[in-house]
Amino acid sequence: MKILLNGEAFATDAKTLDELCAGLGFAEAKIATAVNGSFVAASSRGATSLADADEIEIVAPRQGG
Amino acid sequence: MLTLYGTSFTSRLLLGTAQYPSPESLKLAVEASGAEIVTVSLRRESARARTGQGFWGLIEELGCRVLPNTAGCRTAKEAIATANMARELFGTNWIKLEVIANDDTLQPDLFGLVEAAAALSAEGFQVLPYTTEDLSAAERLVAAGCGVLMPWAAPIGSARGLINREALKTLRAYFPDIPLVIDAGIGTPSHAAEAMEMGYDAVLLNTAIAKAGDPVKMAAAFAKVVEAGRLAFEAGLIEPRDMASPSTPVAGTPFFKIDHAS
Repeated sequence: MKILLNGEAFATDAKTLDELCAGLGFAEAKIATAVNGSFVAASSRGATSLADADEIEIVAPRQGG
Repeated sequence: MLTLYGTSFTSRLLLGTAQYPSPESLKLAVEASGAEIVTVSLRRESARARTGQGFWGLIEELGCRVLPNTAGCRTAKEAIATANMARELFGTNWIKLEVIANDDTLQPDLFGLVEAAAALSAEGFQVLPYTTEDLSAAERLVAAGCGVLMPWAAPIGSARGLINREALKTLRAYFPDIPLVIDAGIGTPSHAAEAMEMGYDAVLLNTAIAKAGDPVKMAAAFAKVVEAGRLAFEAGLIEPRDMASPSTPVAGTPFFKIDHAS
């Protein structure tokens, strides 16, 4: 399955958003997620299935003004 | 005391956390500024670099209240999704709401801003909108649920100061009970002092300190003027006048004679 992860093409076998995050080493990380432009809460990642061409955003805290 | 959404603060300076020469410099500048609120953002996290994980540790060390922004969002939808991610990540209902209309001026898209402010307020967010000095937009934002307004002084990072001071005065006069924070465009301590003397409740700045030759010293300078400007406002400024008015008593001036020539 090919998705768009943080704006870049990414091949994955992950079935859910939770699996994707864990596979990237983010299981315990301070991150937040969105799928196809909408926020997905951490508690909903396990129930969020991934489909081909999904656009996933994984963000973390950063400097800001 | 500065009160924003029911929380009181001693400092009236809100500080951005970007563009400092080093993490250490950021930490020392925040301390020197006395800021109790710092702004942060969200950015894409790379599995390899994991940049955000280290930054979060630094922010926790600062011990400040965190105000996440939605910088870079171009639509209400993007801003709403970003605000939700920020709420979960930072554990706060506060959001510095930015919906940007134009890359050159980074001016707020007031239409998208009002739309996003209404949606987020309904979702329980406490919205601090980055707006312009426009009065009608301010009214819409307040009607949408905003209990704080953050008009720009000048475009972000431009260091030009209060370029539309008459409109900013009007805004202050029109909303005496809404906390108003000048956000963006402050370049020098005197700009910040001017905003505070006008009765603005606080100033939010980043570049003027972070990009200064010595950010820590500049942070200390801003801390002093923000406090001085507020004191001056509370003390009540005198009105300017066209002609001179002697400060030394005229009565009893030696050699004084009434000028009969005029």
